[in-house]
Amino acid sequence: MTAGTGTEQLIEVAYLVATALFILSLKWMSSPATARRGVRAGELGMLLAVGGTLLHHGIVDYKWIAVALVLGVIIGVPLGRVQMTAVPQRTALSHAFGALCVTLVGTAEFYLRAPDVSRFMMAVLSAEVILGSLTFTGSLMAAGKLQEVLPQRPITYKGQNVVNLALLAVAIGVAVYLVFRPEHTRLFPAIVGIPLVFGVLMIIPIGGADMPTVISLLNSYAGLSAAAMGFVLDSKLLIIAGALDGASGFILSVNMSKAMNRSFSNVLFGAFGQEQAAGASAPQARSVRSATPEEAATILAAANKVVIVPGYGMAVAQAQHKVRELYDALTRRGVDVKFGIHPVAGRMPGHMNVLLAEADIPYDKLLDMDEINGDFPQTDVALVIGANDVTNPSARNDAASPIYGMPILDVDRARTVMVIKRSMAAGFAGIDNPVYYLDKTLMLFGDARSFVGAIVRELAGGQG
Amino acid sequence: MKLDLLTSLYVFMLAAFIGFEVIRRVSPLLHTPLMSLTNALDAIAVIGAIILVGERKSALSTVLGTIAIVAATSNLVGGFVITDRMLKMFRSSGPKKP
Repeated sequence: MTAGTGTEQLIEVAYLVATALFILSLKWMSSPATARRGVRAGELGMLLAVGGTLLHHGIVDYKWIAVALVLGVIIGVPLGRVQMTAVPQRTALSHAFGALCVTLVGTAEFYLRAPDVSRFMMAVLSAEVILGSLTFTGSLMAAGKLQEVLPQRPITYKGQNVVNLALLAVAIGVAVYLVFRPEHTRLFPAIVGIPLVFGVLMIIPIGGADMPTVISLLNSYAGLSAAAMGFVLDSKLLIIAGALDGASGFILSVNMSKAMNRSFSNVLFGAFGQEQAAGASAPQARSVRSATPEEAATILAAANKVVIVPGYGMAVAQAQHKVRELYDALTRRGVDVKFGIHPVAGRMPGHMNVLLAEADIPYDKLLDMDEINGDFPQTDVALVIGANDVTNPSARNDAASPIYGMPILDVDRARTVMVIKRSMAAGFAGIDNPVYYLDKTLMLFGDARSFVGAIVRELAGGQG
Repeated sequence: MKLDLLTSLYVFMLAAFIGFEVIRRVSPLLHTPLMSLTNALDAIAVIGAIILVGERKSALSTVLGTIAIVAATSNLVGGFVITDRMLKMFRSSGPKKP
């Protein structure tokens, strides 16, 4: 790394500038006003870094590099153009690709260096390939569940956690042995193969509602494995980019866990679905009040302040564009409409914001939980679309509830609550929601998209 | 070598702190584009794969490296494209700027 030629120095300068651009890129993501500048900075940094690398004196053959770069672009462009509703699975898939790259490079580096590998080098190589391979299969599994190629329901069996942890322990044990005895190269496939299996088993017990945490955690692993690769290749740029990505994933995972009042280990080893069985087994025979689109439209039109609470159900029903029509119709009548968004609404952090922004709803109307909760007592109507557990007051006042302690959107404090729901079936966590049985609650039974559409038609008719 | 390791650890630690401070300030509004952007930046791993393939040290390293470049490049391109598409959609209700 201390080559004296001008080209090598030029490459180092390019890496230095790229590093600064990467940090600026993330800094500019702090606000929607500067965020697109952040993307430009990231692109420029990447161009400098890749361009600089291509000048590297050690490169003697460009043929396969060119072929691979072209193929990467051919695959990458369609992956950048997927529908907004497919963003969670696309994100999981890109974690998998990133981890694949890191694992393959780590494997190649090992066989190039073996058997003469220093202890430190072997330790970081092991970290690189273990994290990389478990992230690869784990992310593929997550993408499969999100795309619904695989069952979304958590699959659990007795002794699952013991099996999983034992597998991981074996992989780490082999890695430790290799650190001291790197000449046993035949063992190396074990620290790639076992984590590959572990990645699959790790995601099997995870249900759809836990996806935001899991995607964030996989994001963090992908970043850390890239940082480990930076140690192996002695590349400061790679260490920094990996550390930034790892930190980002970590912060998001902590946010998501907090928003569910659960620890990481509980998400990964808790098998949420099982826990809920007890909560769901208490059947509620209480009556609910239901309303027609016409009645709902009348109440909404008479309101001053409406808060819409979207959830995954809105995404499933593709209702965001109808919601936008409702927003327009109410805003035209002078009703103040805001959106209250729970951190874990949807399948990944910020999922709802992207869908609503796509439907052209201004982002200053999209408020997160802490910002909106103080508003509910002054809100005339809280309209819940496809969200359940994140509005469940049991989390606040029923210590026996499985979700007790989870921060929620206080829709029950609004004057009227309307809930659009297909039927009285329980939500993903399988927990009954007492909000549905309140006197001030109106249940609007039906498909979210057609129901919101019907309300919009009523509002339009009433105006004429 | 010892010194290099220590320097690398310092770099990692400082970058992690910067990451925490910078990313904590990102609005929850933008958490999805944030994740796709960091994904694209993470594709910088492609530089390691490029050198690996270019040095042509063994058949194995060329094959693995080539696949690695494909995977990382598709992240790089796809990540930037989708992040920009998402961010383009975020607009304020204030007066429209040119």
